[in-house]
Amino acid sequence: MSTESSRDDFIIAIRSAFLKKGNRQKFSLFTLLIISILVLSLEYFKTGPINQFRSFTKDIIFRGSYVVSSPFKYVKNKYYLFQDHMSMYEEFSVLRDKDLDLDSLRKEVDFYKSENALLKKLIEERDLFSKEYMLTKILLDKQSPYLKSLIINKGQKNGVKLGSAVKDRLYYVGKVVNVNFLSSRVLLANDLNSKIPIIIEPSGINAILSGNGNDDYAELEYLPKNNEIKENEIVYTSGSDGTIPASIPVGKIIIKNNKKYVKFFSNLNQLNYVQVNK
Amino acid sequence: MARGDIKFYQFLLNGFPIILLFFFALTGYSFSFNIFKINISFNCVHLIVFYWVLRKPEMLGYGLIFFAGIINDVVQNLPIGVSSINYLLLCVIASFFRTRTLVPNLIYDWILFFIAILIVSSIHFTVLAIFFDENIRYGALMSTAFFSFLIYPAVAKIFNQIYLLGLKQEHAE
Repeated sequence: MSTESSRDDFIIAIRSAFLKKGNRQKFSLFTLLIISILVLSLEYFKTGPINQFRSFTKDIIFRGSYVVSSPFKYVKNKYYLFQDHMSMYEEFSVLRDKDLDLDSLRKEVDFYKSENALLKKLIEERDLFSKEYMLTKILLDKQSPYLKSLIINKGQKNGVKLGSAVKDRLYYVGKVVNVNFLSSRVLLANDLNSKIPIIIEPSGINAILSGNGNDDYAELEYLPKNNEIKENEIVYTSGSDGTIPASIPVGKIIIKNNKKYVKFFSNLNQLNYVQVNK
Repeated sequence: MARGDIKFYQFLLNGFPIILLFFFALTGYSFSFNIFKINISFNCVHLIVFYWVLRKPEMLGYGLIFFAGIINDVVQNLPIGVSSINYLLLCVIASFFRTRTLVPNLIYDWILFFIAILIVSSIHFTVLAIFFDENIRYGALMSTAFFSFLIYPAVAKIFNQIYLLGLKQEHAE
């Protein structure tokens, strides 16, 4: 008897939780759950009016989020400015002690560039990628344990294309994964879902750079077993996926506990403006 | 205090859970920081939704929770609807326990919160991994759930004080 009544109580409690509209509640949880499931199932439609509506909604939410986040962004920028200021003398000392000889390096690079262009002409290689980049401002900087991405202020209207490479000055930082009408999302190279083909120079080994959620370095996948990659070798995009242009510097090799990682050249936490490949 | 100021203060206290919920949904802020190489972050929206639906459901509408979920999905680049389902499930669990509980007890709520976020995190992980084939750091998800659980009593106390302040202000009028 008591088991039956407790079972009844349980069923009443569940029914009440799902269907009862509480004080000042306009919808029951059951109705909203069904709507949520319907909205989620619309994610499978990637074209047509649903996609346009989604793009429009995202644009509005991103602008709202930009306004709400702006005081925090301001504080964050000031914090990094203060940090830069504090480490200025140290950086100056390091640079002063380095024998950079920039002039001869520039001449050397010019020589290699012209030699490369000549060799490409010889093998009749066509450049598939545009060399033009557009400067964009970062609206939002989403860096959580789950997601490393940026929202930039240019979208479909400005000619941003899905999969385009994104650079910070000279260095690769990520690629466009979502294009709305007025904004786009850039997946950073350290995001867990980021996989990009790279080439390690001067050893010439190809691999996949895979983000691991760490802010400073990423992992290398599909490396040959007996490779002879040394520390400080430079990692460039290889361009073999057909969307990201080749030869954009990404980072340099570091070795930790006999495992090779790529340390990014760019500080992915301190980006304010980035360049998107047109 | 001028009458307008009092009204504004009253509005802030009454709308506190809604303002907080939309603030966290819009910014995606998770108080993430590192201590001894351990990443600590909290799911503030889970804390807000669970506490207010369990204790003061009249202050936070389910419709608003649904919208906060949609905004959170857009900001966090999740399939739109996933967070809404999670938050609403959290509401279902909180609402279920509310109807089954006669006397409110913080320890009891604390344990229930742990069970609720484990269920919700598992569903979140399952939906993303099975239907959307997304990579998720299971460890990060669980650690966020665990740290959110740890701070629940402190957050519940603060929320309770804010609610009492609102009541006091209402009675003073």
